[in-house]
Amino acid sequence: MKVNSFFYCLGQGFAGIKRNKVFFLASVATIAACVFMVGLLMSVILNVNYVIKEAQDSVCITVFFEPEVTETDIADMNKRINEWEEVSRVEYTSPEEAWETFKEEYFKDNPELAEGFANDNPLATSASFTIYLTEISYQQKVVERLESMTGIRQVNKSEITASALSDFGKIAGGASLAIIIVLLAVSIFLISNTITTGITVRAEEIRVMKYVGATDFFVKSPFVFEGVIIGLIGAIIPLVVLFFVYRSAINYVVEQLQTFSSAFAMLPLKTVFVLLIPVSLILGAGIGLIGSSIATNKYIKV
Amino acid sequence: MIRLEKVTKTYGDNHTHALDHVSLNIQKGEFVFIVGDSGAGKSTLFKLLIKELQPSSGEIYVNGKRVTRLRRRKIPMLRRDIGVVFQDFRLLKDRNVYQNIAFAQRVISVPASKIRKNVAEVLTLTGISEKYRSYPDQLSGGEQQRVALARALVNKPKILLADEPTGNLDPGNSKIIMDILEEVNRRGTTVVVVTHNHEIVRHMNKRVINLKNGIVVNDIGEGGLRA
Repeated sequence: MKVNSFFYCLGQGFAGIKRNKVFFLASVATIAACVFMVGLLMSVILNVNYVIKEAQDSVCITVFFEPEVTETDIADMNKRINEWEEVSRVEYTSPEEAWETFKEEYFKDNPELAEGFANDNPLATSASFTIYLTEISYQQKVVERLESMTGIRQVNKSEITASALSDFGKIAGGASLAIIIVLLAVSIFLISNTITTGITVRAEEIRVMKYVGATDFFVKSPFVFEGVIIGLIGAIIPLVVLFFVYRSAINYVVEQLQTFSSAFAMLPLKTVFVLLIPVSLILGAGIGLIGSSIATNKYIKV
Repeated sequence: MIRLEKVTKTYGDNHTHALDHVSLNIQKGEFVFIVGDSGAGKSTLFKLLIKELQPSSGEIYVNGKRVTRLRRRKIPMLRRDIGVVFQDFRLLKDRNVYQNIAFAQRVISVPASKIRKNVAEVLTLTGISEKYRSYPDQLSGGEQQRVALARALVNKPKILLADEPTGNLDPGNSKIIMDILEEVNRRGTTVVVVTHNHEIVRHMNKRVINLKNGIVVNDIGEGGLRA
């Protein structure tokens, strides 16, 4: 398509919108609702993943050994556990290190009380491994494997429930996905109707275009442009709304919730919107393109 | 320029023949009237030539193109060789005379500078230069048909098809239209006029193809009987 023809068709696309205001507004509103839901879902999923990732980094399993286990056995176990694909790293804490940490934590204010244990480490049997996982969901599997190993007295797992976070994500995702599919179908249907109305209004013009030898592409282009413009406007509106909603949510989390728990963390605005803007625009334009293509292919024939 | 070989077109389940084994040949630069009563098959013939319809059987050639086998994407190129004019003008009411004519060029991507020149030329040819800013509703029937003619001619077609171009016009305006068509033909364009206005046909003294119930009943040339 030549440059002047491109701008002509684009201009005709805008002219079509002007002629067809009510349908235009209905289409924009539906696409906006659809893109808003997608944006909201994406923001939630991104943040749930972020929280899981953060939790994952802090979650670990602590393993204590039977009294008869020797240093050689421990070194051997360390080597074997390190080879498991679910394990990212293993840290060994000797009884001495355990006592030092304990002392610092509990006898900080009364160091003289700890002096009584100078030659008799009460944590002599508290050598341990701290095992970090590659993924939080592996926790149960690794715990079961550790418990089945000989020489292990006790396995302490992290109380943070990875599955709860994942389940929340899945439920939110499933419900939103259903709503998005319905809105997507309604959006495409409405855009298609808007374009069909435009085609009906301009039936005489289309007929003349065909008689003078305009190509199929040229006849259809203004309507496709119209659909894409509607789609893009329908995508920009929820992006602006989401921007303010997300910003308020971040402020709320920082000011209110993080005082209770550091688990309430949110991804920065920029990180989310770098992904959200292209996805929303492509989605809006895609809905417009599909809706208008359905209408033009059905009602415009050379 | 136009050749039909045993062209048949049937409609509906009862296979009503709109055209029945029609064969005819129109040479480059000819001026031909196609006459006949309603239902004779004139409009069907018109639509077949611009490939708005596909024949049930037979072959059609227009300007060297085998229309019957033409691919869909090639149809616009066929139509750029054919200018069409209708009884009801089919002008765009929201555009003025200049815009209506320029529209035909714009939609086939002619550059703006050439559009201005070409539109001015056809406005002069059809004698409506002074009305170029008027809207269709501000024009008489004769003037509207001249605009329609200018629009059909602006792309410099090799063939001009006119379907009842004087059907809605008084004798004075009909004569103006026919004079323009004759001038267009004199400049080398093949002109085919579908009409049932016997007065004009007699007056013009051109080749006349007479259709009746989808059959060519006679084909009378300028100088005598042809077929």
